[in-house]
Amino acid sequence: MNVLWLIMICISIVFAIFTGNLEAFTKSIFDGAKAAVEISLFLLGIVSVWMGITRILEDSGLIYRIAHLFRPIISRLFRNIPGDHPSITAITLNVLANMFGLGNAATPLGINAIQELDALNPEKETITPEMMTFIVLNTASIQLIPFSVIGILASYGDSNPAAVVLPVLVATTVSAVTALLVLSLFRRILR
Amino acid sequence: MISQVEYISLLIIPLFILFTVIYGAIKKVRVYDSFVAGAKEGPGIILKIFPYLLTIFVAIKGFQASGAFDYLRDAFYTAFAFLGVPVEAVSMSIVKPLSGSASTALFTEIVTTTGTDSMATRISAVIMGSAETTFYVLAVYLGAVNIKKSRYLVPVCLVADFIGIVVAVAVARWYF
Repeated sequence: MNVLWLIMICISIVFAIFTGNLEAFTKSIFDGAKAAVEISLFLLGIVSVWMGITRILEDSGLIYRIAHLFRPIISRLFRNIPGDHPSITAITLNVLANMFGLGNAATPLGINAIQELDALNPEKETITPEMMTFIVLNTASIQLIPFSVIGILASYGDSNPAAVVLPVLVATTVSAVTALLVLSLFRRILR
Repeated sequence: MISQVEYISLLIIPLFILFTVIYGAIKKVRVYDSFVAGAKEGPGIILKIFPYLLTIFVAIKGFQASGAFDYLRDAFYTAFAFLGVPVEAVSMSIVKPLSGSASTALFTEIVTTTGTDSMATRISAVIMGSAETTFYVLAVYLGAVNIKKSRYLVPVCLVADFIGIVVAVAVARWYF
């Protein structure tokens, strides 16, 4: 991340100087800051709501029951999660929210999941294999039906916007599987 | 089929909340107090994530505004010209991992300028549906737990993104 950020900033400034986009570049820095504030405020609301719901799940013990139910599936991808750990529930709910295109629920539940996984982390500040698997799964995003894309196509008069469903499903499945394969390949080479 | 799935996805969250609250009440949990106690953690989490989001957003916006982004797009376009991928779809594949709102805006623009049944629209639609805003996901999740050593995660995500886009283009070409 450090290298990537350094490269992006340096290349941007050099380009801005040579293409005469200096003014736009300076403005964009403040635009970026503003966007970060807006998104954080938005996240503040939905994350707090989901933390509230999650607390009821914890206090009632439901979180352990759901974990027990989904453990057989989740433990195939996440080997080192002990017993009916709450992270299993958080991962399950995040994956379900992603599949049904519930973006407002997926991010807060994902934050919850990564925090539960971090609770199992013996060496804070260093990522664990389980956390990597979880993040890669999220960047590959498995979505059953792309509602927002269908919505945009329909609003511009596409007669059959649902035609994208099948290719999207094939593409998203193939890319999620390859993403996990790439991860395990890196893991093997760089262990 | 689509409308049924859409209805189910509308139902999921309300039903889940109802079930959680009733189950909690049966187990004698003081649901109101529990919810408040959980919600209290929200601001702390966002405070942790905010600096990471800010840092990545400044870099992404600057990259787009400086003209470096257009150059990168043209370079990709030239490199993949032999595959016959429309330039709009090339922009899409670079914007999608960087920014969610920018990719939605770009997609809308592609639909209005090239029409709903053009190859550019179709390839972009598949990319929109199957790719994720990688940098946002990385900033939020790594920020939430203050991970400093992400090891080989970023290269894995970039390689996986690249393969995902190639897959999306291939699938769109095969299907339509």
